[in-house]
Amino acid sequence: MVFEHDVLIIGAGLAGLRAGIEAKRKGVDVAILTKVYPVRSHTNAAQGGINASLDEGDSWESHAYDTVKGSDYLGDQDAIEILAQEAPSDIIELEHMGVIFNRDEEGRLGTRAFGGASHARTYFVADITGQALLHVGYEQSLKYKIPTYNEFFATSLIYEDGAVKGCVAIEMRTGELHVFKAKAVIIASGGVGRAFEPSTNALICTGDGMALAYRVGAPLMDMEMVQYHPTTLPSNGALLTEGARGEGAYLVNSNGDRFMSTYAPNMLELASRDVVSRSEQTEINAGRGIDGCVMLDCRHLGADLIHSKLRQIWELARDFSGVDLVTEPCPVRPGMHYIMGGIKANFNGQVKWGESAGQSVPGLYAIGETSCISIHGGNRLGANSLLELVVFGRRSGLHAAEYAMTQKHANVGESRAEIDRKKITALLERPQASDMVGKLRMELGDTMNQHVAVFRDEAGLKTAVAKVKELKQRYQGIGLQNKGKVFNTNLLSALELENMLDVAEVITESALYRKESRGAQFRTDYPERNDAEWLKHTLAFQTDSGPRLDALEVTITKWQPQKRTY
Amino acid sequence: MEAKVRVARYDPDGNRDHHFDEYTVQLAENAMVLDALIDIRENVDETLSVRCSCRSAICGSCAMRVNGKATLVCNTPMSRVAPNGEQITVEPMGNMPVLKDLVVDLEVFWNKVKAITPWIQPEGPKPEREYIVADEHMQNLINTVQCILCGACVSDCTVLEVDPSFMGPAALAKAYRFAADPRDGHKQERLELYSQASGMWDCTHCFQCVEVCPKGVAPMDWILELRREAEAAGLKDHNGVRHSESLAHSVKESGWLDEAKLAMDSYGKFSDKLKLVPVGVRTILKGKMPKTGPFHHKRPGAEHVTRIFEELEGKHS
Ligand SMILES: Cc1cc2nc3c(=O)[nH]c(=O)nc-3n(C[C@H](O)[C@H](O)[C@H](O)COP(=O)(O)OP(=O)(O)OC[C@H]3O[C@@H](n4cnc5c(N)ncnc54)[C@H](O)[C@@H]3O)c2cc1C
Ligand code: FES
Repeated sequence: MVFEHDVLIIGAGLAGLRAGIEAKRKGVDVAILTKVYPVRSHTNAAQGGINASLDEGDSWESHAYDTVKGSDYLGDQDAIEILAQEAPSDIIELEHMGVIFNRDEEGRLGTRAFGGASHARTYFVADITGQALLHVGYEQSLKYKIPTYNEFFATSLIYEDGAVKGCVAIEMRTGELHVFKAKAVIIASGGVGRAFEPSTNALICTGDGMALAYRVGAPLMDMEMVQYHPTTLPSNGALLTEGARGEGAYLVNSNGDRFMSTYAPNMLELASRDVVSRSEQTEINAGRGIDGCVMLDCRHLGADLIHSKLRQIWELARDFSGVDLVTEPCPVRPGMHYIMGGIKANFNGQVKWGESAGQSVPGLYAIGETSCISIHGGNRLGANSLLELVVFGRRSGLHAAEYAMTQKHANVGESRAEIDRKKITALLERPQASDMVGKLRMELGDTMNQHVAVFRDEAGLKTAVAKVKELKQRYQGIGLQNKGKVFNTNLLSALELENMLDVAEVITESALYRKESRGAQFRTDYPERNDAEWLKHTLAFQTDSGPRLDALEVTITKWQPQKRTY
Repeated sequence: MEAKVRVARYDPDGNRDHHFDEYTVQLAENAMVLDALIDIRENVDETLSVRCSCRSAICGSCAMRVNGKATLVCNTPMSRVAPNGEQITVEPMGNMPVLKDLVVDLEVFWNKVKAITPWIQPEGPKPEREYIVADEHMQNLINTVQCILCGACVSDCTVLEVDPSFMGPAALAKAYRFAADPRDGHKQERLELYSQASGMWDCTHCFQCVEVCPKGVAPMDWILELRREAEAAGLKDHNGVRHSESLAHSVKESGWLDEAKLAMDSYGKFSDKLKLVPVGVRTILKGKMPKTGPFHHKRPGAEHVTRIFEELEGKHS
């Protein structure tokens, strides 16, 4: 079938939902397409909170500066200023939409401390902030009667005559392919955590949107910037929120020392994540860990606080590590968590390409974790991601709606689905082979986690590049056991793997390209930050022989790079 | 650890028979049931379809039945359901049609959520900043928003088994969240909406939803809260209200339940009461009439029960 909307959003996480609401307010016909039901999106996983300088003693400049410093000066400061300036009104709007934020004694919004922030400016709902926000986003989408195509999987963007005109998607329930015509497409499809094993990310975080945009020529930016979170569980990579440290939890090594005093004497456990993860890994490598972990100690916080404000992580520690946070310290280690890089876009979500990425791709927008508007630069501060979803979700929804009003529907027919249909039929018809999707995915995840993690070097990265290329080759030979149409999750995993392989190739090549240490990228062979040569973004463009890399100036408004200490 | 798993299968593309397949897989010691299913689908049998995503009991994708009980398989340890390495049985959720294997059709489930007007509706001008609300109000609501809409409670709801039109525990727990939000301006309409047929009064307090809810939300408790709110708001013209009032009255006055009167009292309209006549006749014919006949006597010691009531009513007033 052919479906038609003015604005089509791929992804129903908080970014996609917020964009949809704004576009709808503008009066255009908007729809959201998503591979899982909206409230199943990964935004759910956010535990800790969302930042804004609402407090009287706080200022947007302070929030912006902390973000710039956190980014290791790689964030684009024009976008960061917008983020910090617009945060307070967006948080108030979320409250008006129904979010049940925790309050202070006077019944006003209450805050907690978070890493890398000079002021307690993180607003929160217990430790289920993402879930609370996502459910409210969904509620508002129902209020605004925004149709959602649930369990539809986007397989390609329709790019014709120099503009994006929609996408093709599989309806998972029937296995049918459909054409979605749109005057503007907003990609809000989340991160790519599953290219790493383990990861804090959900199984659906497979970088689909990044791969789709990359294949029509849009560059992926700063993809080497992969955040390892300091407190993940060794068993399955699940995350214990930074909010725990925000509430006062300690990190200790095998000698029982609060080792962060050595690495970040002022901020201690609340230094930015790249710093804390590196410190932990250094302790572990120096033999002061316990079974490859350090300990997160919450005991002194008391049962009441743990059960009210940290209930979910108390459950996670119990379920996955058999630890009662009230009475025992919990083993944790750095784990892959977030990608700062993504589809290069500006502060209206417009995807950019061409000479110095100076031109917009007509009809294409990207927001949320899949995008790189470059708020986070080399390292994201906790609780800035949820914020980015609402600020740039809103801005892109507005911009895309206004753009769509000036456009006519293109002449795209059902036949456009044939390209994707042929590819999928060929995949299904291939004979069974020894390489299964799950096996390749696991090899990819292990490789990335081994060589593209907290500490990197040229030899390791080259090994990873070679391995990813090998896996891409082997992918061409896989065969699927499941040939059915209805809910063929085998087929979807294969398509997701193909997407992750493309994105992983860009991540490793970008890490190899950046010959310095900045933010999440720490090269043991280039251990210093090198502003003279590398105060630059990396851009990766698709070519037949793999990614072509290029550098792009960072936008600096107020804050010149300085040495970064916590 | 060796895990033996019997999985319900159904393939609408194939021969369409419902059957079980048995698998044995090797897992880490602390593995969850979901780990077994993922291992099967990735390494043994790629035709198995399962919904799952977060692996940490937060997205609500993986609700299904393990050994007959609905649960999230991502936080159900194998060691809990098979402490001695027994074979476990995994089936799709109940009260919903199966699409394939462990994947059910959730459309009706979502439509019921949509039917409760699930968004906040404040009245009057918005404050410039946040609404000022006591934290304890918010803490109470945070207990209800722990619900991840996984559907486990709906799967095992005994009312839905006989009456598919029942709104169900998940939607009603969410309904409470809006009715009790001090920022909402439409409490009365909401309570009226939720009091309608198939609404809050149709729950039979069987406790299934409390037992299976993997997030400790206890939907039934919120349904009971809704009823209290509805009565307090003067919405008494419902069979459910009359039912509970008659029940309490009968126990208070006579020490035990007057079943015949309870049935009569529950129906408000005379024409509805008349409909009970054939039921009464059938009760007599089947020999189910209480031994005391239609006449209800006070139990010996009833005055003690009355005292308990008076004591409690005194405390509440
Ligand atoms: C454990 C954890 C804790 C976190 N805690 C915090 C925190 O405290 N504060 C904070 O600010 N951030 C936090 N983050 C980060 C933050 O949660 C995410 O970056 C953010 O939620 C991503 O939102 P999104 O809207 O971009 O994408 P998502 O919520 O991931 O949504 C992606 C959407 O895209 C859809 N989609 C994807 N591919 C396709 C396709 N091919 N076809 C159709 N649809 C598709 C999916 O169905 C989904 O609806 C945390 C992350 C994790 C993993
Ligand atoms: S996989 Fe998300 S709840 Fe189980």
